[in-house]
Amino acid sequence: MSWFKKIKERAKQQLLPPPQKKDTPNGVWTRCPACKEMLSIIDLEQNWHVCPNCNYHFRVGSEVYFNLLFDNGKYEELFDDLESIDFLGFVDRKPYSLRIEEAKRKTGLKEAIRVATGNIGRNKMVVAAMDFDFIGGSMGSVVGEKFARAAEYALEHKIPLIAIPKSGGARMMESAFSLMQMAKTSAILTKLSEAGIPYWVILTDPTTGGVTASFAMLGDVHIAEPGALIGFAGPRVIEQTIRKKLPPGFQRSEFLLDHGLVDFIVPRHKLKDTIIRLYKFYKY
Amino acid sequence: MPTYLEFERPIEELETQLQHMLQQKERGENIPDEEIEKIKKEIIKKRKEIYENLTPWERVLLSRHPDRPQALYYLNTMCDDWLELHGDRMGHDDPAIVGGFGLLGKKTVMFIGQQKGTNTKERQYRNFGMANPEGYRKALRLMKLAEKYGKPVVTLVDTPGAFPGMEAEERGQAEAIARNLFEMARLRVPILVIIIGEGASGGALGIGVGDRILMMENTWFSVISPESCSSILWRDWDHKKEAAEALKLTPQYLYNYKIIDDIIKEPVGGAHVDPEKAAKILRREILKHLKELEEIPIDKLLAKRLEKYRRIGVYKEGDKVISSF
Ligand SMILES: [Zn+2]
Repeated sequence: MSWFKKIKERAKQQLLPPPQKKDTPNGVWTRCPACKEMLSIIDLEQNWHVCPNCNYHFRVGSEVYFNLLFDNGKYEELFDDLESIDFLGFVDRKPYSLRIEEAKRKTGLKEAIRVATGNIGRNKMVVAAMDFDFIGGSMGSVVGEKFARAAEYALEHKIPLIAIPKSGGARMMESAFSLMQMAKTSAILTKLSEAGIPYWVILTDPTTGGVTASFAMLGDVHIAEPGALIGFAGPRVIEQTIRKKLPPGFQRSEFLLDHGLVDFIVPRHKLKDTIIRLYKFYKY
Repeated sequence: MPTYLEFERPIEELETQLQHMLQQKERGENIPDEEIEKIKKEIIKKRKEIYENLTPWERVLLSRHPDRPQALYYLNTMCDDWLELHGDRMGHDDPAIVGGFGLLGKKTVMFIGQQKGTNTKERQYRNFGMANPEGYRKALRLMKLAEKYGKPVVTLVDTPGAFPGMEAEERGQAEAIARNLFEMARLRVPILVIIIGEGASGGALGIGVGDRILMMENTWFSVISPESCSSILWRDWDHKKEAAEALKLTPQYLYNYKIIDDIIKEPVGGAHVDPEKAAKILRREILKHLKELEEIPIDKLLAKRLEKYRRIGVYKEGDKVISSF
């Protein structure tokens, strides 16, 4: 492409209205980033945020998974009064304390993980689901502690534990403490193994770094949503290291299935079904 | 020729002066002995002065000193016998992680450590101590063997991180590390973890879960390297010194935070100044800690190990602050 064509292309792109505004008086439409189809937000919500046209799975938070998994969307949230504090006085471009406050304001959440219990197919289970919008779904002391308590809750009630990780990795602003959460969450799972309590992981987009290298990869069964990015190192870091572009689909769910790291890929609306089936295999 | 780091320049200057004087003396020039003694004393004083006031970033540099002894040096020097074992039994042998039986007097220990390499060729061969999944799987295989024989495990951690490569992802880097965290939490023999150089992130933790964690004086242990932290949080590579400060990654901080259990002294000026002495100190510390750990009945030891990790964290619960330090 010659330079003036490039400029023309760019000019054309600039002429396009921003995706959400097209034909939308008040933001009831959105554009699917995969197939570029305009979708009604209401339709999208009813389809669990999956594009009806191309099956693209939009990134969603804990609330959607709780509503999706628990019978009639009824659940009880646990350990929700745990909050992060900036105990190291960590300041980069802004103080960690400010980042926590901003994340709370922006998301309405208290932390990057929520734990809830309720019935799934009339059987009580406990679910620990992460929210990427809260400081990149990073794992600090609170994420580690809530995960550990979720595991202990499963142990105490002899019910399955389901993890839904979604994380950029460990939370740098808690330094060694966040690193140790990897050991903490992995160590607690040995107790579930010993007691024969099921632990299932639903891998969602994106799951990388310290969360993948700990509780996310220790499930009895690994279920992945289609197209989710799941890996240890982030794609950018790998590209910098090997000085090559990564092939399309690298570190996506389908790639992980090919390499024996997940058991199956399940579209979002079938997740609940899959959990119920797993429960039967465990129980009968 | 020894290698001097930026902050060691004053020492280098004095050393050069000293060498110069000694050469002059050898040539028969009149150099008073008091002058030589004076400069030798000054070197010792300067070393102490510099090393007592290292910034976190300077300690990071020391941990990477090209002459710093690595796992294989310590094993060859401090063990009365040392037999390296190879392979993960799943198709690979990762040279970034070394391991095998070591004998300290009449005590057999399963040693596992990262080896970064001491020259260009070895560094390439060992991938700069950045293990692939097979490295962690080899480590796990050796730990299981130690468990079978009832021998304690001692790990010597020294890595800039687990390797972020394509094949590493294909073969399950995250799974390999996670598996080790899980298995080390329940391995039925004592595990002693010693950071002998760099302790970067999950790559270090992959052989770094145990009953006690010790750090040598000029080492660091962190969730991320100062460079990567700078690039992610400051969005450039120029804030590594600030990142090193902010990450509180030095032994003294981590000891105060009760993340680690002890700090191992190094010869003044760092382990590279007197590697033999460093190895001697290391051997003594290993034997001391193993003796204490082996006195604890294994079930109690395992319960303590789980409890140690269960507690780590600082957070607020309602109005109450809960802190593990
Ligand atoms: Zn679509």
